[in-house]
Parts: sequence; C-alpha cells; structure tokens
Amino acid sequence: MSEQMTLTPRQRDDLRTVAAMIVPASDEYKVPGADDPAIQADMLATLGRDTKLVAAALDHLARLAGEPLAGLDAARRDAVAQEFRKHGGAAAATLVRVVLQCYYRDDRVLRSLGLELRAPFPQGHILPDGDWSLLDPVKSRGGTLRRAP
Amino acid sequence: MKDPVDVLIIGAGASGAAVAWSLAETKMHILCLEQGGWMNPAEYPSTGRDWEAKFYGEWSSSPNVRGRPEDYPINDDNSPIKVVNYNAVGGSTVMYTAHWPRLHPSDFKVKTLDGVADDWPIDYDALTPFFEENDRMMGTSGLSGDPLSPLTHPPMPQQPMGLSGAIIGKAMNELGWHWWPSDTTVATMDYEGRARCINLGHCTPACAQGAKSSTDITYWPHAIRAGVELRTHCRVREITTDENGMATGVVYYDRDGVEQFQPAHVVIIACNGVGTPRLLLNSRSDRFPNGLANSSGLVGKNLMFHPYAQIYGYVEQPTDSNRAPPTCLWSKEWYDTDLSRGFVRGFGVQFVRGAGPVFEAVVSEQKGILPWGEDHHRVFRKLNGHRLGFSAICEDLPEEHNCVTLDPVLKDSHGIPAPKINYTISENSRKMMDYALARGREFLETAGATDICVNSPIPWGGWHLLGTARMGTDPSRSVVNEWGRTHDVKNLFIVDGSIFVTSGGVNPTSTIQALALYIADQMKQRLANLFD
Repeated sequence: MSEQMTLTPRQRDDLRTVAAMIVPASDEYKVPGADDPAIQADMLATLGRDTKLVAAALDHLARLAGEPLAGLDAARRDAVAQEFRKHGGAAAATLVRVVLQCYYRDDRVLRSLGLELRAPFPQGHILPDGDWSLLDPVKSRGGTLRRAP
Repeated sequence: MKDPVDVLIIGAGASGAAVAWSLAETKMHILCLEQGGWMNPAEYPSTGRDWEAKFYGEWSSSPNVRGRPEDYPINDDNSPIKVVNYNAVGGSTVMYTAHWPRLHPSDFKVKTLDGVADDWPIDYDALTPFFEENDRMMGTSGLSGDPLSPLTHPPMPQQPMGLSGAIIGKAMNELGWHWWPSDTTVATMDYEGRARCINLGHCTPACAQGAKSSTDITYWPHAIRAGVELRTHCRVREITTDENGMATGVVYYDRDGVEQFQPAHVVIIACNGVGTPRLLLNSRSDRFPNGLANSSGLVGKNLMFHPYAQIYGYVEQPTDSNRAPPTCLWSKEWYDTDLSRGFVRGFGVQFVRGAGPVFEAVVSEQKGILPWGEDHHRVFRKLNGHRLGFSAICEDLPEEHNCVTLDPVLKDSHGIPAPKINYTISENSRKMMDYALARGREFLETAGATDICVNSPIPWGGWHLLGTARMGTDPSRSVVNEWGRTHDVKNLFIVDGSIFVTSGGVNPTSTIQALALYIADQMKQRLANLFD
C-alpha cells in the first residue's frame, strides 16, 4: 500500500476544526485563528514528511470523536481534544507542531507580535553591546583554577 | 586499482580537517574521504522565512529525523539521550552552538585528583600550543582572563552582551556566582575571509553569514590549497589489513554507490565517538575477529555524552529571543569536585539567550504552559521573547556498559550495519544534574523568572560523542596510545572525540581539534620511524 501523501476531505475538515481549537481567532489581538484559509493552505502545502503522522493523528481524533469534530457540541469537543492531546503521542505532537509552525509564520500574526516579516539573512539584528562593568565583581572576586599534579 | 596514497583520512569534520591541514606541510599525498558533500550557505535555514520549521525536518540535529542521503541511521532506542550530529564537509561543526571552552588541566588527571575513572596519558600542557593554533585557525572570540578557566587568547572580542546577557550577569552577581563571556567560534569582526556576526539568530544549524566557524570554511580551504585531496560522497565501509596486521586501505562506496578500494600507507579515522567504533567494528577479519584495533575489547565502550540538565523560565523584560547566537556566557562556578554536593566531578554552564516564536510555541505547548483556546494569545505574548535558560553540561564518567555496538538489523543506504547505542545515566550524573537544576532554579528566581520548566536530560542532546576508542599507555585498557596510534595496528590512527579518556564538563570540540593537531605533530616528528 502506498504511503498517504495528502489528507482526505474529512481529515482536512477535522484539521481545520482542531486548529481553531488550538489557536482561535482573536479580536483583541487582531489575529486570525489557525483555521484561517491562508494558514490552512500553508499547512496543506508544506505537510511533506509530516503527512503520515498528521494523517494518523487525525484518524485517531476521528475515532475519539466518532463523527466530524465540528459536529460535536463544545463540551464534547473539548473532552475529545484533551483525550487526544494526552494520549496521542508523537502523532498528536506532530499535528500540533504543524499547526503552530504555520500559524507563527503568518504575516498577520507576526505583525501582531511586533516581529519583522523577513528571513533573518541578510539583514540580521542589532544587539546591544551591554555594560561590561557588570563583570567587575567577578574580576575582583578572582579565583584559582584547580591545579593538576 | 587506484594508486596508493600516503595518508588516508576518513571524515572531513572537526578533527579530520585539522589533521589534514597540519599534515599537508609534509607534502605527502593526503586523501580525505567524506560521506557528505560541500555545504551551500545559500540554502541555510536563516535565508528563508520558514527557518524555524526546517529544524523539525531537513535541518533537524538528529540524523534519524533528517534522513539525508549523507546520514546513516542510529538505533538509540536504548538511550535516554539521542545522538545528534551532521554529515558533510565540516561535519558537526556545520551544526553546533560554537561554544568554545577547553578542557581544564585538572580534567586530564581525574584518577589522581578524585579517585575516579582514569588519568589521561597526556596533560593539558602538551595540548596548549595546539589549543592556541586551533583558536587562530577556527577564529575565536572571547575575553581573556577568566579566573576560573584556562587562559586563552581569542583573536576577536567577545560577543555583545545583549539583553539576555545583562539579565544573566545581574542575577549571577546578586548570587555571588561566577560568570564570564564565553569563548566562541563566532567571528565578532571580519576575520580571515569570514564576515563578522550580524546576529542572524539561532545559528546552531549553520550560519549563512559565515561568521560561525565550521571547518568547511576554515581548515579545508587552506588544506586543499596545500595539496590535500578531498573526495566527497564517499562512504567508507571497512578498513582492510594484510597478513602482518597493517592497514592496507579502505573499501568505500563512491557517489554513484560503486564499491571502490583505496590503498593507503597510513589510515587516520576522524569519525567521532559513534562513527569511529562503528567503522572499527565493521572492519572484522580473520586476524581481527572482534573488530579492528579491538584486542582490549574496549572499542565502542565507555561512551560519554555529557547529560545536559536544562532549566529555563520567563522574565518580564524582553530577552534576545532569536535575535542573537544562542550562547554568549558561561559559568564555571561548579566545575570542580566538591564532595559536599553529593557527587564527584562537576559541570560547566552555558546560558541560553532565548528562542524563536515557532520553537517557543511548540515547546511551551508540549510543556503544558501554553494553552489551547481563548487564552493562547495572552499567554504566548507573555512567553515569546522573554525566555532565559541555564544549561548544565554534566561530566559523564566512563562506564563500559555505555557503548556503541553494531545493530543486527538496521543498515544504512549502502547496506552497512548501523550503530546501536546502549546508554544509561549514572547515579553520580543524576545527582549532579539535580544539583545543577537546583542552582539553575535559584538563578532563574533571582532573575525574576516564572513558569520554570526543566529538560533533564535534554533528550536530543547527544552532541558530544566521546570515549569509545580511549587513549592510554596500557594496550589492555585502551585502544590508542598517547599519540593517537592504535595499539594493534601500527599505521592506523584515531584523532576524534572517541579517544577521550574522560569528558570534562564542557563542550569538547576545541579539545578534539587540539588533540588532532597534537597527533599530527607527533606523526610529523616520527615520520622516519612512524611504524616502530
């Protein structure tokens, strides 16, 4: 049997639902939720080597829910999510990581956090040199290196 | 049949590069075989917006996760610490923190001083000129004069203190504890063709600026200009020997997967603490049925990792987050034995400046301090850009049951048996780790940190691969002699971390390279009677 390379429609629906449970939209911080279409598209486009584990995690979620996650009432959905996170192992951890790594590179989210929308290279960052007089107590305390015979 | 070379080096990482460069002045025909290829800095993670996501895949520090064709699998299921490394020209100097302490003079005499493990057959003074030479070649930055570290002379000034450094320094001063700017191999000014650090951020997985020293941009250009041949994408399967028990060359697979034999008069292994025993154990023959150079039975044994005890928390003030190299300061407050602490030997500390947003989110969610749902955003803003860390590098003492063997099933892409790790953390190390965590907690609380979390050990923290072909004067208790030649095979040398007798409590690369230069120097002095 060939390895699953994409998610099924049901898996995509559940991914969208669980992503919104992890990171919901916020008016206060003016950010989308992780179920935002652009963020979901990023997840699907970059799943790559994580596809197998994410699919396994979503299958586990589906078994726990018994029906599409979105169809459950809020209390039941939360109970399923807690069970999933507690006992989902590496697959659940991978799914959550995929959601978060795509969420925290979205332009709107980074802007809200006050982060620049760019790769680190080539601009880099400026770092304050600091006040090295902080070292004075260490220098004045001194010390000796343990002697070797 | 290929023409024989005078010297064949296996591995182009930290030690292979240093020994190649040093031996080049002999004008011998020197060939290095490397299973990886040349790196392309334009493809390094920091050149892309998705730089953090890459750490979980193609730029993972774990070869098992990374799974590049150049990597070989490692069965580390029987170890709480997983092996991390990198396979390319430059080896794991491509992917390391560039933290650059040396072993202390007392580290070479632990049996005499503390009654544990064994003394090295050489002392710190024997390595001093090679530490200095290596610091010039690798290009180090730092502040000379640390009262609790061996004297160094870094050619470049220390890294900026940054926001995190100031918070760390104030807290350590309040507690009256030692701290000092770390020696690092991060260039703080333009140096020997390398551009100065511009703080790309978490530079452990390679530096696109070239500010972080790796041997592909330091030793290798010099070695190649001096005539050393470096053949990439060549994976050595075994070292061959003749009826006199001398090494005759190696069997390797070239970049097309074709088996080749390369004859050589001298073979030098530079594959570090897992790759080296793997190669020796895979080089079995009728004359050497237990693996090459293994009459002592110690090839693969006494594996030392350095268990890391890490504790971190979150302060109100902003820290450097991902806007600086990860390490900038160290502490040697607890480096030496003090039996009142309940354990023998000690640990160095490397402070951690912070983390990027993806890493912060992923790890904090796993730790249970970043919730799902409504409150996620508020909590994330409290955590992100406020992390401060304390990592204790605990000295691991040699124990024979901690070992590298060959996995009976697992093989690499060429069908060569893969290494298997069996490792447990000793009682002494556990006590040391707990003590370190308690001091780290005091430090964090003094700095005003909350939401304190622990990684002890850091699971994917098996950077330092030491001790599996130890050095010594007694052939029944060691694999190589006091100048790196194997006791059993007189034209076979080992120059990497596997020859460490004890591990000290610091990152080992500086000492590994000083040892490689020292062994090269010993070879040059003995060229006329190298095999006597």
